Amino acid sequence: MPSLKDLKTRIDSVKSTRKITKAMQMVAAAKLRRAQEAAEAARPYTERFNAVLGGLAASVGGSDSAPKLLSGTGSDQVQLLVVMTSERGLCGGFNTSIVKLAKARAAELIANGKTVKILTVGKKGREQMKREFEDQLIGHVDLSEVKRLGYNNAQDIAKDLLSRFDTGEFDVCTIFFNTFKSVISQVPTAQQIIPASFEEAEGESPLYDYEPSEEGILADLLPRGVATQIFAALLENAASEQGARMSAMDNATRNAGDMIDKLTIEFNRSRQAVITNELIEIISGAEAL
Amino acid sequence: MADTMQFDLVSPERALASLQANSVQIPGAEGDMTAMPMHAPTITTLRPGLLSVTGPEGTETYAVTGGFAEITAEGTTVLAERAYSVDAEGKQAIEDHLAEARAAAESALPEHKDTANKLVADFAHLLETMV
Repeated sequence: MPSLKDLKTRIDSVKSTRKITKAMQMVAAAKLRRAQEAAEAARPYTERFNAVLGGLAASVGGSDSAPKLLSGTGSDQVQLLVVMTSERGLCGGFNTSIVKLAKARAAELIANGKTVKILTVGKKGREQMKREFEDQLIGHVDLSEVKRLGYNNAQDIAKDLLSRFDTGEFDVCTIFFNTFKSVISQVPTAQQIIPASFEEAEGESPLYDYEPSEEGILADLLPRGVATQIFAALLENAASEQGARMSAMDNATRNAGDMIDKLTIEFNRSRQAVITNELIEIISGAEAL
Repeated sequence: MADTMQFDLVSPERALASLQANSVQIPGAEGDMTAMPMHAPTITTLRPGLLSVTGPEGTETYAVTGGFAEITAEGTTVLAERAYSVDAEGKQAIEDHLAEARAAAESALPEHKDTANKLVADFAHLLETMV
């Protein structure tokens, strides 16, 4: 049975934990709003871009002269997995769910005799992937110094990927990130970015004149497309991270509250027991006289 | 014939402008072109240059570094990789880009040398016209 003093210290410590988780939840809520706004603001570009690129890809895709970024290298032997996670912890199952998906994919590919290479973005994912796939890790992108995600962060990652692709380091590239559905639901997603895959364009688009040629534009746009897709994924991930942290911290705050209630009841009971004990001692002492 | 059309300028990070315009001068990869309402549908890539939009409220000019433009009869959409306003801040940014392009041209492989040098020239020209 813990002493009264022990109980008192525990209650105080849980109370200060609750204050911290509450504050973290509020910070996450504010950051989430900003992350969502950024994702919202980036949407028009991504949509227009994919529409134009999709149309172009559909008209050029079939020909032999199609760029490698679109048609692929003709093999799928070497697979690059880009695992995007957060730089900080305390965000519930956010990182675990991405890593789980990536690990399952990696294990499946290895079982099928493919070569797997892994590039990690974000410290947390690296730590977790390292345990099982240390030999497959070929690089890491550190975003911990980045205060505000910009397009140039995505461009740097894309540049790295493209130079690796040009030197023939891999055939297929897939990115793993969390899609933001709501504060309580983030869906881990795998998306193949090299060779590029597009959804069929809907409806009829007008017949465009192209300047320079269709192939020229496609060759110019595909590398940008990689950066655009990575940027969209980074933004989704950032919003998801804050959402996951917010609900994790909300749970933690509630649990701390429950715990304080329980401990307070225990504290009061033992306090009463102590008083009763003292009374019994005094009374029995008086009777003995 | 309508005398204005919808003009949108978007960068990956946000939409920069959305307004009615009479004409839009675009720094196309193969030369400047001016889009007006009822222009034939065209898609062109951009080189670093000045993009100027003339609307009922006057002319707005932006410095863009690259990207592409989609022109249809009803409107023009410019998807710029980066766009700056023409002021001291924008000039500083373009100067940085120029330095970066120069460094890239130095280390470029022989087969990419021409493209890299052209990029440097385009940035240098843009910087001059911004003065």
